[in-house]
Amino acid sequence: MFDSITLGQYYQTDSALHRLDPRVKLVGTFAYLIALFVVDSWVGYLLAALFLAAMIKLSNVPFRYIVRGMKTILFLLVITVCFNLFLTPGEVIWQFGFLKMSKEGLSFAIKMALRLSLLILGSSIMTLTTTPTQLTDALESLMRPLKKVHVPVHEISMMMSIALRFIPILMEETDKIMKAQIARGADFESKNLIKKIKSLVPLLVPLFISAFRRANDLAMAMEARCYRGGEGRTKMKPLVYKGRDRAAYGVLLLYFAACIATRVIF
Amino acid sequence: MGIKVDDICFLYERGTAMQVNALDHISCEIPDNQFIGLIGHTGSGKSTFVQTLNGLLKVTSGHIYYNGEDIDGDKFDKKKLRSDVGLVFQYPEHQLFEVDVITDVMFGPRNLGMGDQEAKQRAVEALESVKMPKSLYTSSPFDLSGGQKRRAAIAGVLAMRPRILILDEPTAGLDPKGRDEILGLIAEMKRTLNMTIILVSHSMDDVARYVDRIMVMGGGKLLYDDDPVKVFRHVKELESLGLAAPQITYIMKLLKERGLDVNTDCLTVKEAAAEILAHRRELHV
Amino acid sequence: MSMIKIQKLIHDYIKRDDEGNVAGTVRAISGVDLDVQPGQFIAVLGHNGSGKSTLAKHLNALLFPTEGTVWVDGMDTKDSAHLWEIRREAGMVFQNPDNQIIAQVVEEDVGFGPENIGVPTEEIWKRVEESLAAVGMLEHRKKSPNRLSGGQKQRVSIAGVIAMEPKCIILDEPTAMLDPNGRKEVIKAAMKLNREKGITVILITHYMEEAIDADRIFVMDQGEVAMQGTPREIFSQVERMKELQLDVPQVTLLAHELRKAGLDLPASILTKEELVDALLGCETGQSTEVAEKQKSTAATEEQKNSAATGEQKSTAANRQVQAGEEAGHGNQG
Repeated sequence: MFDSITLGQYYQTDSALHRLDPRVKLVGTFAYLIALFVVDSWVGYLLAALFLAAMIKLSNVPFRYIVRGMKTILFLLVITVCFNLFLTPGEVIWQFGFLKMSKEGLSFAIKMALRLSLLILGSSIMTLTTTPTQLTDALESLMRPLKKVHVPVHEISMMMSIALRFIPILMEETDKIMKAQIARGADFESKNLIKKIKSLVPLLVPLFISAFRRANDLAMAMEARCYRGGEGRTKMKPLVYKGRDRAAYGVLLLYFAACIATRVIF
Repeated sequence: MGIKVDDICFLYERGTAMQVNALDHISCEIPDNQFIGLIGHTGSGKSTFVQTLNGLLKVTSGHIYYNGEDIDGDKFDKKKLRSDVGLVFQYPEHQLFEVDVITDVMFGPRNLGMGDQEAKQRAVEALESVKMPKSLYTSSPFDLSGGQKRRAAIAGVLAMRPRILILDEPTAGLDPKGRDEILGLIAEMKRTLNMTIILVSHSMDDVARYVDRIMVMGGGKLLYDDDPVKVFRHVKELESLGLAAPQITYIMKLLKERGLDVNTDCLTVKEAAAEILAHRRELHV
Repeated sequence: MSMIKIQKLIHDYIKRDDEGNVAGTVRAISGVDLDVQPGQFIAVLGHNGSGKSTLAKHLNALLFPTEGTVWVDGMDTKDSAHLWEIRREAGMVFQNPDNQIIAQVVEEDVGFGPENIGVPTEEIWKRVEESLAAVGMLEHRKKSPNRLSGGQKQRVSIAGVIAMEPKCIILDEPTAMLDPNGRKEVIKAAMKLNREKGITVILITHYMEEAIDADRIFVMDQGEVAMQGTPREIFSQVERMKELQLDVPQVTLLAHELRKAGLDLPASILTKEELVDALLGCETGQSTEVAEKQKSTAATEEQKNSAATGEQKSTAANRQVQAGEEAGHGNQG
């Protein structure tokens, strides 16, 4: 049922990107996304696309695998393009009934589609090459300064990582409860909206109860293993910057500067 | 009439590198009014198999006939099949959701389109079959003990009045008393309600005591399908599948190996005791 | 010093009504005294609701006594200064394999405990490796827990506990949700830790076969210790065990049936070998000439057997004597 969602799921292989410190990848992805909004010229987009192509090459993830994940959001992409295409005022170049396509709209829509695709591909490169655990570790480490203003950084990252661990378990459980209720004649395929919502009760109640029971068990298990928050905790896999990570920051800085340059020049 | 399974296969993740042959060319017949034990270790395909029987999973190839009709046929009424072939999943108490026990048991009959009164009558019958004390009918299912919860959940399936009742590991996680209660209950339901019962289990000792026929699954194949006594003669093969014969079988085998000429086809303590005593009497005549 | 010492333990659960007001209390444990020596393998038996899981949670300071005292390695669980030391020394493995694994990679989960108690990174790696090796899960260290079988998951949980270098492990029905293979794996792992590393093991279970090799068994009923003794002492009391809604191993049950029918067998048979030895023993002792003639082939066969396993026979005889004594003790206790 949920197998089709491959967008940005971790792809296990060995590559330069996989080996990079997750903090670099996280910062890099943000920098890339911001840069996408900085550039506004065709040259800028070309630069962004080339940079992304290089990253994909470095990631060792098959291009087909990445694109397959894109399918899920194709619909969103088409809608955005249509909106921009027909709703941007300007010099009309094509008309069909009340639909008017302007020259500005066309150029804007193409740029928008490019920007969106690059945005999604760019962020999925990060999740494709970084395990969820590494990601939460990176988040915790990068947000550490926020601790000073009493943001529970460690707790947030622990919650995220536990949520990620339990998603597949709860998915499986959903599937099981659904089957059990179908075996009792439940109908989850009704077209009638009210019926459909009603039919979810026999699924959601057991699911919530189970989730709470698991949460309770887990809290007790964590306590039994001496968990008491982030204070005084050591790390099995601490994040330490290496030479290649510093080099990567350098490359990022250069790329960002180049993007600003395209904005200024073109 | 029952179910006829004709050469079915089931593949998980079909067409991908992860393809698993969960069912590999299985054929068998499940007649009315039989007590069947379905045995196999985790991952042997037994859970997949029972889910195909009531149409929850669609077979990749082959056919399943219920009362002579192909269950994947165009005109076939799946809802009827699901009420006739009742399936009690592992840890069925996890599917309880209503405010009280009786309303929960009424869920099935209501889904079959019955009015409140009829559904209630069915629910009461089902609860009586599982020996639920009347005082608990209006309790929240979440306030019951573990064994009671399980019985309430079984009643929820029983209220659909199935002709064939499949129970997937109905004793999992219960203590010895809870286990004996549930198994006793199932055996009694078999007698009083004239159903076919398929008991899915990995406990040989539980199964040996009750069933008329044992089906052993391994690696998606149906390996044995015979009388319990005959199946348990293959102790070595069963062990290589990660299963075992009942403990009593081992004792009798050892006795025989050590020179006591007893019949090793005993499955329960009572049978074994009788056999040993009979053998002694024979000696002392 | 005792590994665990419990004196007059009482535990009440507070029952609340729908508004959250206290509606009363339920007594889960009422007056338990218990003493566990370092290095012992202890089994706690009891039907569901007998109080055995509540007892387990007291040993790890997850629950605190309503009355009475629990000492873990000499530390009073009510003394909050020792709380984390107690939890480190008395590790706990729970019933549901899914609900106690925290990390998404096996080795990271094993490292979770050591991280919590501030073990330096290098040392964590060393401990993780050793712990996984001790339960035979080292080859799966990079896997996601979701890809493991139930028995494997429980072994990872055990590894997670030993990585904290405890003196004692409490296993709270660790096999209740597993299939027979998984059950064997887990019990074998626990047994090995007890034998090889001298870790005290307290196994809470309702599978009687798992208790056969224990040094001592406690049987719980209605919040009290109803019986205690060696497996032989406990399982020889078939009727009493039935009263407590428990089983005895099938071999013991068969011997019990045969005794009821008048056969002269010892009351404390625990393994099939013992039963067969005992049966053959009273067979030759009592058989008449006619029977011997009738069964001459079998008899010679048996003589061959006993000649080959003469040693075995004498140990069987010893066992019977010993068992008889133990049964006597059991009755006194």
